[in-house]
Amino acid sequence: MKINSNLAISDTGFIFNPSNGDSFSTNALGADIIRLMKEGKKTADIKKAICEKYEVDPKVLDKDYDDFMSHLRDHFLVSHD
Amino acid sequence: MTSSSKPKITVAVTGLNAVDSPGPGVAVIRGIRDCEDFDVRIIGLSYESLEPGIYMPGIADKVYQIPYPAAGTEALLNRIEYIHDIEKLDVIIPNFDAELHNFIKLSSRLKAMGIHTFLPSIEQFESRDKVNLFEFGKKHGMLVPRDKTIYDVGELNQITKDFEYPIVVKGKYYEATVAYTLEQAQKAFHKLNAKWGLPVIVQEFIQGTEVNIAALGDGQGNTISAIPMRKLFITDKGKAWAGITLEDKTLIDLAEKFISATKWRGGFELEIMRTTDGKPYIMEVNPRFPAWIYLTTGAGQNQPAALVKMAMGETVKPYTTYAVGKIFVRYAWDQITDVSEFQKISAFGEL
Repeated sequence: MKINSNLAISDTGFIFNPSNGDSFSTNALGADIIRLMKEGKKTADIKKAICEKYEVDPKVLDKDYDDFMSHLRDHFLVSHD
Repeated sequence: MTSSSKPKITVAVTGLNAVDSPGPGVAVIRGIRDCEDFDVRIIGLSYESLEPGIYMPGIADKVYQIPYPAAGTEALLNRIEYIHDIEKLDVIIPNFDAELHNFIKLSSRLKAMGIHTFLPSIEQFESRDKVNLFEFGKKHGMLVPRDKTIYDVGELNQITKDFEYPIVVKGKYYEATVAYTLEQAQKAFHKLNAKWGLPVIVQEFIQGTEVNIAALGDGQGNTISAIPMRKLFITDKGKAWAGITLEDKTLIDLAEKFISATKWRGGFELEIMRTTDGKPYIMEVNPRFPAWIYLTTGAGQNQPAALVKMAMGETVKPYTTYAVGKIFVRYAWDQITDVSEFQKISAFGEL
């Protein structure tokens, strides 16, 4: 999954899609995931970085990660590689 | 540059009706006043005594009423001659669809008086008319929804031969209604006919996200400015109460293609419906600046000021960048004025 390159994300987790004017808020974890995606990190590396930063069961992360990607897809913020 | 070395120009602007379905005049004036390249005196031209822009401080230096478009070109010219004798106008910027025809017809006579305009030709103006838009799109390879011009409500009975419901029923000049049934379409026809006259236009309904582009062409096929905006808050009349500038090359390309194809001279607005698969359909072409034009100034491309410069014969370089994510939020404001002011504009046609 590839995040739209022109997406803007602030330190507070405010996301702005300049292509259609949509804006969203996400929590710190979501903001971290989007930032890592923008840096071009692979899914496995993103999950690894999140596990290192947050106290989270990898299985729970897998489920939440998929759920988050589905939200991003629904709002046209990501595209397939 | 000191203020004394700046050119001094007098610009007359219509469309002072800054109401819930606003004319662009106040926004155009704000853009012109923001430009530091000239000192400007603004003459407001109004049709009605309660247009808010008449009374707004810092907008028009002086206001004159002008005759309604239906009075014809001679009545308009007579009034402009009177105003010009007093004010020595350099430029007139008309901002209503319904008045443009008269101003375009008068443009050479105005020029002879020393008054500049920067308007499309009659041919350009008519080619983008709702009635001709589908053919226009076909000719220039632009996506435009299918439409049908109707003069009689009975024609709606046969409309399903060409269209599936919902359909969009549009007034000759303004307003559109989405109709889901024949009854709704008939009601919309009568309402639009009563308000704007015939014909009424039936258009294919396109599902998507509405995006608008404010643009300025130099009359040679070059795009001086194009700024796309998405409405963030829409009034019950479908007007933008808030909007945000977008970054989308396909929209800029579309505006450039339109200008290149038409050699459009002046400001205009493209109303676009972008489908979920990204296809931009041109729903309407408004042949003048939109009411949200001040957002272009806020985003770094002052279209009203650029138009004034071009009207005065200056060559303006095309803008290349603008700020994405600039937002306008309109507001309502109760101005206090006195009956004596209202009396001046009502009784004498001047304030």
